[in-house]
Amino acid sequence: MNAVLANTWTFTIKELKSFFNSAVAYVILTLFLFITGWFFASNLFLANQADLRDIFGAIVPMILLFFVPAITMRMIAEEKKSGTIELLVTLPVRDVEIVLGKYLAALILLGSALALTFAYPLTISLLGSPDHGALVGGYLGLFLMGAAYLAIGLFTSGLTPNQIVAFITGFVIIFVLFMLDKVIVVFPATIASILEYISVGYHLENLARGVIDSRDVLYYLSLIGLFLFLAVRSLESRKWR
Amino acid sequence: MIEVRNLTKDYGANRAIADVTFTVPTGQILGFLGPNGAGKTTTMKIITGFMPPTEGQVLVDNMDAIDHSLEVRRKIGYLPENTPLYTDMDIIGYLTFVQRLRGLPKSEHAVRTKRMIELCGLGEMLKKDIGELSKGYRQRVGVAQAMIHDPEILILDEPTVGLDPNQIVEIRDLIKELGRAKTLILCTHILPEVDATCDRVLIINRGKIVADGSPGQLRAAASGHDRLTVEIKGPSGEIRAALEGISGAARVATADRDGAEPPLAGCARFVVESAPGKDLRETVFGIVRDKQWILLEMHREATRLEDVFRQLTVGADAGASIGGDR
Repeated sequence: MNAVLANTWTFTIKELKSFFNSAVAYVILTLFLFITGWFFASNLFLANQADLRDIFGAIVPMILLFFVPAITMRMIAEEKKSGTIELLVTLPVRDVEIVLGKYLAALILLGSALALTFAYPLTISLLGSPDHGALVGGYLGLFLMGAAYLAIGLFTSGLTPNQIVAFITGFVIIFVLFMLDKVIVVFPATIASILEYISVGYHLENLARGVIDSRDVLYYLSLIGLFLFLAVRSLESRKWR
Repeated sequence: MIEVRNLTKDYGANRAIADVTFTVPTGQILGFLGPNGAGKTTTMKIITGFMPPTEGQVLVDNMDAIDHSLEVRRKIGYLPENTPLYTDMDIIGYLTFVQRLRGLPKSEHAVRTKRMIELCGLGEMLKKDIGELSKGYRQRVGVAQAMIHDPEILILDEPTVGLDPNQIVEIRDLIKELGRAKTLILCTHILPEVDATCDRVLIINRGKIVADGSPGQLRAAASGHDRLTVEIKGPSGEIRAALEGISGAARVATADRDGAEPPLAGCARFVVESAPGKDLRETVFGIVRDKQWILLEMHREATRLEDVFRQLTVGADAGASIGGDR
């Protein structure tokens, strides 16, 4: 187990270095802060509303929709394209360690992006007294949602040596999950409730209300588990051809 | 020791290798030869555990390459075709990364890295990212990466492709140096490389092994001809008749090599082809002496590995196979 962790961590460090040695991390973090900051500030100064509901409920989920596949698209696709995947999988490491290591690095990048937005709730705390439960729940929800997106993105990156294809397939899967609870009005009630449960937005809303329900957490964790499993399988797919 | 048993690999309907069987004993340097697309790389990918065969089995020190994949991978150092490397790492960072994943003790990292840098002559490139290195240096980084854990088995897939002649000589010397105590498989389609470094040669064509033996054995077994070029001062017609009369001379032709200066006036130049290994020089000299002609030039060209290779991998003969002892 110790060796597994050590190998996973080695991959995590390698990926983090390549995020921060290239422009990827800086572009992602800067843009993320700029867009969320813009909406937060315009609410605060123009609408005179010290409010995070829009940010948690609409803006960040929307940004993650685009940003997450952009973070993950090269993670495995690039290795396939340049052939370095052959070096990796002929080293004495398990495919799971490769996938987990990369996933962890992406998770750290996502976590840093979210952590940098702590400035907004701090500002609000100075102006009034926000509901701390909703804050904690909101951040937890966003992190879990982003984590689920990352697992999806990593999976699609493993499907192809082409980063663009990885981005678009990842985006489409995430978009479908994102849109499900926004189109349920056109479906009959029985199907609608199922669709609602599958959608990522519904569970985020629950958490953002400050109600940390294990069902919502479990939903995200199973989504993450499923797509990480598929990502490992996609790495192994070289063996089926 | 590597045992490859009845290996078959299909890519869809396309059979890349068919029923390939061979054994490489410990300490041997094996040249794995074949034209592009013959199945060399496929075979290497299966031995290194990158992908499983459709049928057959690979045993490394009596361990199945699939069932004991991790142990087998620990024993092997591998330089894949085209030398893929992480272009955004520097040499030390990359070698350290590989050592960590190979589970080598941290206390040895610096020593091992230093040894590889010296062995592969990378000392002047340490400040650069791998992506900035020239092809020759990248190739050396690839070799260093494959050797860093001092593996029992080293598999190099086309290590000298794209290098200039000086670099080729350097890499070849490096391989010779490294290969002394190791089992080494060298995949290539460059024949002088094999002649210069290998104990044994396997030639693969269209997924099948068509020859197996030492470079010398292969030359001897090939039905290629030794060529004897002679230039003699004397009557051309008579000389030709005399040469054709020699028993063991398969064919006599006027030598019209490209770029050779034409024979002097009153002289004739011929090429006498003989059965392989048969030396006609004494006979020819005897004839010239008896007839009192003057011998101006005589040289013999043995069958080259190139001829063996071409014979086995080109045209209608390609199905035939020859072999020394296995």
